[in-house]
Formats: sequence, structure tokens, C-alpha cells
Amino acid sequence: MATGVKPRVKVPKTAAAGDVITIKTLISHKMESGNRKDKDGNVIPRSIINRFTCDFNGASVIDMTMHPAISTNPYVEFKAKVDASGEFKFTWYDDDGSVYEAAKSITVS
Amino acid sequence: MKLTRRDAMAMGLGATMVAMLPLRVSAGSHGAIMAFTGGAEPGEGDITLTAPEIAENGNTVPVGVSAPGAEEIIILAMGNPNPEVADFKFGPAAGASEASTRIRLAGTQDVVAVARMPDGSFIKTSQNVKVTIGGCGG
Repeated sequence: MATGVKPRVKVPKTAAAGDVITIKTLISHKMESGNRKDKDGNVIPRSIINRFTCDFNGASVIDMTMHPAISTNPYVEFKAKVDASGEFKFTWYDDDGSVYEAAKSITVS
Repeated sequence: MKLTRRDAMAMGLGATMVAMLPLRVSAGSHGAIMAFTGGAEPGEGDITLTAPEIAENGNTVPVGVSAPGAEEIIILAMGNPNPEVADFKFGPAAGASEASTRIRLAGTQDVVAVARMPDGSFIKTSQNVKVTIGGCGG
């Protein structure tokens, strides 16, 4: 279990129906690539978040596979189309099996 | 022996790999594109890759991809130990087939984006990024 993992998500609170909104997500994670070596020359084992998904009212917005070339504290920005009020669910999947979740609701008028 | 297009491509690829060995190009980088397209050669199309021309720090290089209508976009860093960087699949609630993130680059190299369109075709674009300090450790 990686320590100090904290997801942060930025979603507009309100939008008009049919709007395309921008969502920004950031999760603090060291994203150890598995290519680095410590002082004694031993490879530091890989430990990354390998998948990130976002759903809106059960429909998939984005499903992203991450490889070790994603930077520390993975940041993802993408767009979603909102037709009705609802909740965005964000899920990050860690190499060690941990799952980190966040949710944000939006009011559509 | 009849020289087919496929043979010619294989020979060309082999020659390219030998010629490029001293440069920062992973042997598997072209293979990574082929693995995504299922062997099809991606064409040109409406796809944009936004990346800085010069990145001071290879540990966090902001890149964005956009391909209107695409179902899936992958980002590859041709000079990294593992060329795969990210794979975005856009669902029915996506507002646009675009996304941006921050990636690691081991050194100056080409960053490639390949998109899969709804009709099953593939389009590709690439940009060279100069990296002052590499970001893959070692």
C-alpha cells in the first residue's frame, strides 16, 4: 500500500444541459517506475497506478491505462458531456491492488 | 521469389533498427504501434499532439492529445525503456476525444500518438521533444 495517496478532482458545480465540461484530476502517488536503482544498485520495484477510470451516471467517460512513463502524482485532464444532473465517479487502480475512489456531483439546469 | 509489400516493410524495419541503434530508439517502439493497430500501418488524419518543443525536466512533460471522433488514443515515447505511456479509451459520456497528462521522457526523442477511429482505421502523429534532463532514473 502506497502511503499518502490523496485524490483531488475538479469538476464544475453547475452546467447547462448538453455542455461539454473539462474535468481535472490529480492523485498524489510516487509512481515508482521500476527502472530506477537504489544506492546499492538494486532495482526499486515498480509501484504505479496502472488504470484510471471516470464514469458519469454509470456511463464511461474515460478509461485510461497508465504505464510507468506517467509522471509522479498523475494528472489527467479530459472532457465530459453532461445531459442531466448526476455524479462523476473516479477510480484509480494501484499495482498493489488498492483502489482509490472519489466522487463529485454536478447540477445541470 | 516474389517480394511482397510485407517483406519489404520487414526488411525496411530491420534496416531502420540497425541504422538507429546508436540513437535513443527502443527496439520495441515500432512494435508497440503494431501491437495497437494489429499490424496495420497508421495513416495521416485529424489528430493533434500537444507537447513542448523543449522540456527542461524529463520527469514531468505536459502532453495533450486530441482526435475528434476517436474511440481510443495511445501515447508512445519512442526513446523510453518502455515505449508505452498511456492509453485513453473514450466512453459514451466523453465530451470530446481529447485528454492531457504529464509524462516522463528519458531523453530527447519523438513522442507519438496513435488513434483508433470508429471505422477501424488508425491515424498517427508525432512530435520531437528535446529533453534537457532525462526522467527515467538510472
